Amino acid sequence: MDVLTQNFSLYGKGFLGTVELTVYSSILALLLGFFMASCRVAPVGSLRVFGTVWVTVLRNTPLTLLFFAVLLGLPRFGLVLPFKVFAVLALGCYTSAFICEVLRSGINTVPTGQGEAARSLGMTFGQTLNNIVLPQAFRSVIPPIGSTLIALAKNSAIAGAFSVTELLGTYKTLNELGYSIIWTFVWIAVGYLIITLSISALFNVLEKRWGVAR
Amino acid sequence: MTTHTAPSPTALYDIPGPVTRKRHRLYGFVSTVLILALVGWVIHLLFDTEQFTSAKWTPFEYKGIQELLLRGLGNTLKAFAYAAVLSLVLGAVLAVGRLSDHRVVRWVSTLLVEFFRAMPVLVMIFFIFVALKVQPLPALVTGLTLYNGSVLAEVFRTGINSVERGQREAAYALGMRKTQVTTFVLAPQAVRAMLPTIISQLVVALKDTSLGYLITYEEFLHAGKLIASNLDYDLPFIPVVMVISPIYIGMCMLLSWFATWVAKRERRNPKTKAVEVAPAEPGTLLPGVQ
Repeated sequence: MDVLTQNFSLYGKGFLGTVELTVYSSILALLLGFFMASCRVAPVGSLRVFGTVWVTVLRNTPLTLLFFAVLLGLPRFGLVLPFKVFAVLALGCYTSAFICEVLRSGINTVPTGQGEAARSLGMTFGQTLNNIVLPQAFRSVIPPIGSTLIALAKNSAIAGAFSVTELLGTYKTLNELGYSIIWTFVWIAVGYLIITLSISALFNVLEKRWGVAR
Repeated sequence: MTTHTAPSPTALYDIPGPVTRKRHRLYGFVSTVLILALVGWVIHLLFDTEQFTSAKWTPFEYKGIQELLLRGLGNTLKAFAYAAVLSLVLGAVLAVGRLSDHRVVRWVSTLLVEFFRAMPVLVMIFFIFVALKVQPLPALVTGLTLYNGSVLAEVFRTGINSVERGQREAAYALGMRKTQVTTFVLAPQAVRAMLPTIISQLVVALKDTSLGYLITYEEFLHAGKLIASNLDYDLPFIPVVMVISPIYIGMCMLLSWFATWVAKRERRNPKTKAVEVAPAEPGTLLPGVQ
């Protein structure tokens, strides 16, 4: 218990670091994933290929390798940014591949007849997309997006090991200060549980509010 | 008109007419040019920062360096093999626990499964490595086993529960005991149905062996790092990444494709009639939501 009360600011900083990393990477992953999903369902061949390559490569890349390449590799091209930005970039791009697949299968759950009916009523592409397809797709993607974002929050621990301010990274300082290492990890674990369980709770609420059983 | 495969409409796009086809060709042309420009820019950047100088690529011709890389690859595969076998065993044990008739066993295994699924793998690996002072390889394997084992337990359980109810009822009606029903009737069908998901989960384990790099286990990435930080070879970081990543990604892709192939094959198999074959996706379900 002492470990937590005496180092509350350190833990707090780490906790906020993880939350920050999770939020920013989620936003990047959702935007990029949406873009890639629209590439993958586009009627233009080259965009489909681009989306498929993006997803296939990133889904099969170990995240540590991606962090290794981005955090230590990009500076070789003269791109000097804070480590945190690199971490967000790596996490966001990695997760975007998973988000893309979730969104794509969400769009595929909408029956073709829905789109055909909308078009035969004279709706434009934008109207079909915004009023018919996306509202239905959105309802079926809530749970899988939740799992993907939980995985993202858990993956942010890797950033901590690459010396970005983050919950897991706090163990190093505390270890040097001579605190009980087991209790240090217990509180780190509690921190992660709080984050993953709150994402889970948030998506449960969204699911109750908007989700439909198909 | 019936000789070529006609494009089918989707919810978003109708079958294009002549004008739309022309427009799509234009879009296709523009996007191809943009993508090629992007690729060209990256290649230009690589040349511009002198990543293709001979000083940076000659190390890969040395026998010592090649052996270092191969040893790293061997260590990665060793960790993967241990983790895969042990997590399959742990998954089976925990799944049996979760399906048990005894309330205490069920609760304990549920608690374990939920806890290890909610924890980041890296935190477990670091805990075992730092707090319990275990060697890197056992620490990595234990961490991967605990996480993937709990996920696989859920996969097995889902598989067994998804076998048609009639199978179980028929087996009980023949006078089989619960153990017999599970081992002779339910488990074989469940494993067949869940094989694609199981293999996909093993891809996750293979990817996560690279976490060993963070606890100084001498695996593939670690070998790369050693070469990359060598001043004699002009710090060949980008060449190292360009050598290592295709091998890593290639291995994972092979395993992923194998999962997809198995999924296709099992779907045609008459032995999976009483159960639905899962798609080749890793089984990370949202805790609490089904």
